[in-house]
Amino acid sequence: MIRYALTRGALLVLGLFVASALIFLTLRVLPGDVAQLIAGVNATPDQLAAIRERLGLDQPLLAQYLSWLGGIVTGDLGVSQLTGTPVIDELVEKAEVTIPLGLMAMAVAMVIALPLGVLSAMRRGRPDGTALSVGAQALAAVPVVWAGMMLVIVFAVWLGWLPAQGFPRGGWDQPGLALRSLLLPAITIGVIEGAMLLRFVRSATLQAVGQDYVRTAAAKGLTRNQALVRHGLPNMGLSIITVLGLQVAGIIVGAVVIEQLFGLPGIGRMLVADVGNRDLPKVQGELLVLTGFVLVVGFVVDLVHRVLDPRQREAG
Amino acid sequence: MTLRRSSGTALRRSSGTALRRGSGTALRQAQGPGGGQGSSRLAWLGRLWGLSTGRFGIVVVALIGVVALVARFWTPFDPQHVDIADRWAPPGWPHLLGTDGSGRDIVSLLMAGARTTVWVALGAGLVATLIGILLATLGALTARWIRESVAVLVDILIAFPVLLIAMMISSVAGGSLWVVILSVGIGFGVNVARVTRPELRRVLHSDFVLAGKASGLTPFQNLWRHLLPNVMPVFIVQLSWGMAVAVLAEAGLSYLGYGAPPTQPSWGLLLAELQSYISVHPLTVIWPGLSITLTVLGLNLLGDGLREATDPTLSRRGSEAEMHQPAVIA
Repeated sequence: MIRYALTRGALLVLGLFVASALIFLTLRVLPGDVAQLIAGVNATPDQLAAIRERLGLDQPLLAQYLSWLGGIVTGDLGVSQLTGTPVIDELVEKAEVTIPLGLMAMAVAMVIALPLGVLSAMRRGRPDGTALSVGAQALAAVPVVWAGMMLVIVFAVWLGWLPAQGFPRGGWDQPGLALRSLLLPAITIGVIEGAMLLRFVRSATLQAVGQDYVRTAAAKGLTRNQALVRHGLPNMGLSIITVLGLQVAGIIVGAVVIEQLFGLPGIGRMLVADVGNRDLPKVQGELLVLTGFVLVVGFVVDLVHRVLDPRQREAG
Repeated sequence: MTLRRSSGTALRRSSGTALRRGSGTALRQAQGPGGGQGSSRLAWLGRLWGLSTGRFGIVVVALIGVVALVARFWTPFDPQHVDIADRWAPPGWPHLLGTDGSGRDIVSLLMAGARTTVWVALGAGLVATLIGILLATLGALTARWIRESVAVLVDILIAFPVLLIAMMISSVAGGSLWVVILSVGIGFGVNVARVTRPELRRVLHSDFVLAGKASGLTPFQNLWRHLLPNVMPVFIVQLSWGMAVAVLAEAGLSYLGYGAPPTQPSWGLLLAELQSYISVHPLTVIWPGLSITLTVLGLNLLGDGLREATDPTLSRRGSEAEMHQPAVIA
C-alpha cells in the first residue's frame, strides 16, 4: 500500500510538472508577443522593452519557467497584468462561488444517478427501465448551456421561483440569497453530469448482478435485491468512485460555461474574461490550478480505490 | 451475466442475419476469424443496422450530413440576411421556425450551422486520428522506455479537459474554429491513444503479425497492413464519441465567444445571441439546442452501436480500459 502510494504520488508530481510545463510553453511559444498584446499596436520599442523587463520576458525561457515554478511552490501564482492583484487572492475569492457550486452539482448528480441508475438496471428490459436508460442517454447529449437556458425559462421566467442570473453583492453574508442563486446553476450541471453518471451506475449494477458471488448469495436464499445490496454494492462502489473522480473534470468544464450563463462571479467566468483580456499571467495560474486540481482528485480517487479494494490492498 | 449477455447477442445476431435475405449466410461464413476483409466489413455494417442504437445513429448522422451538404448550395433564405421589419416572426410560412431578433430565418441559420458543426466534427476527428495513431503506435511498438514514457504522458494529458485546452490556446492565438478543432483533436486523440494502445499491444503478438514479420514486411508495412486494421473497431468507436465531444465543444466555445466568428452561422453562437431574449421569445432557443442534442445523441449512439456490432470481446475489453486505471500506475 505504502509502495503504491509512493509510486502514485511520484506520478502525481510528474503530472503536475508536465502540466505546468505544457501550460507555460503553450502560452509562451505560440505566436503572439505578450508585451505587444499588453501595450497595444501603438507602443514604442522602449515601452515594449520596459514591459518585457517588468514581466521578466527578457530572461531566458528556462529561467522564466523556473521562477514561475519557484513562485508556485511558495504559493505565489504571479500577478494579474491588468489589475496588479495577486492571482492567488482572486482565485481564493472566486472559489467561494465555484466550490459550493461544484459540490452542489455533484450532490445533485449523485442524488439523481445512484437510485435511478440501480433502478434502471434492475428494471432492465421493462418499459420503465428502458425509459430511464433512454432518458439518460438523451440527457447526456444535451449541451449544458442549453439545459441551463431551458431551466431558466421554466423556473425563472415562467414560474418565477428562482433568480435567472446573478449572485448577491455581499456574497455569503446573505447565505439564503447566495444559495438560491446557486441552485439553478447547480441543478443544470448536476442533471447533465448525473445523466452520465447514471449510465455508469447502471452498467456497474448490471455487472454486479452477473457476478458469481451475487448468484451464490441468491442461491443461499437471499432475494436478488438483498444479494445485490450486501455483496454487489461494495463492488459497485469501487467503480463508481473512479467515475466520480472523472466527473470532477466535467463539473469544472460545466462551471466555466454555466457561470457565464448565470452571471456568477466564479473561477470559470474569471477565466473566460481573462482569456478575452489576454491576461496571460493570470490565465497561466488559473489553468494550472484547475488542471492541478483534476490531477490531485485523480490521485486521491486512486488511493481511496486502493484502500477500499481488499484485493488490491494485499497486492500492495 | 456474461454468459447470458453473450448468448443474447448471438441470438440477436443470428436472427438479424436471418432476416436479411440472400447473401446473409455467405456473409456469416466469411465472418469467421481472419475472414475476407470486404465481406466482413459489410457484415458489421449489417449488424450495426440491426441494432436500434446503430440505426438511430446512422440515420441522424446521415441526416445532419445531408443537411450540411444541401446548405452548402441552398438554404431557404440567406442565413445572414438581416430584415429588421421581419424580426421575431412567429413560426409559419415562409419562415417555418420564425426569425430571430434581426429578422434572419431560423431554418436557414440552423442549416448553415450544420455545415459548421460537420466541418468541426470532421476536422477534430482527423486531428484525433492522427494524434491517436501516432501516440498509440509510439506507446505500443517502440523501445520499452519510450513506450512507458508515452503511456505516462498520455495518462497525464488525459486529465486536461478539452475546454481548458481550447481556452489555453485561445488566450494566445485568439478564438476560432481552428482552435476548437485543434484542441478537441488533441484532447480526444489522447483518449483514442489510451484505448487503442493496449489493443495494439495485444494484437502485436498474434500469429498474423508474426507471420507478416517473418515474411519480410517492414515494421511500418506490418503496422499498416495488419496492426491498424485490427484495432480499427476500437478506434472507430472512439472516433464517433470524439466527434460528439467536438460538437459539444464547438457549441460551448462558440457560446463563450471563442469558437465561430460572429460572421459564421453556428448553433452555439445562435444560442448566445438568443440568450438575451429568452424572457421575451423563449421558444426560439429550443431549435439550436435541439439540433446540437440530436447530433450529439446520433454520434454517441452510433459509437455505442459500433461497439456492439464490432467484435464483442474487443468492446468488453475497451470498456474495462475506460473504467480502470492503466497498468502503468499500479
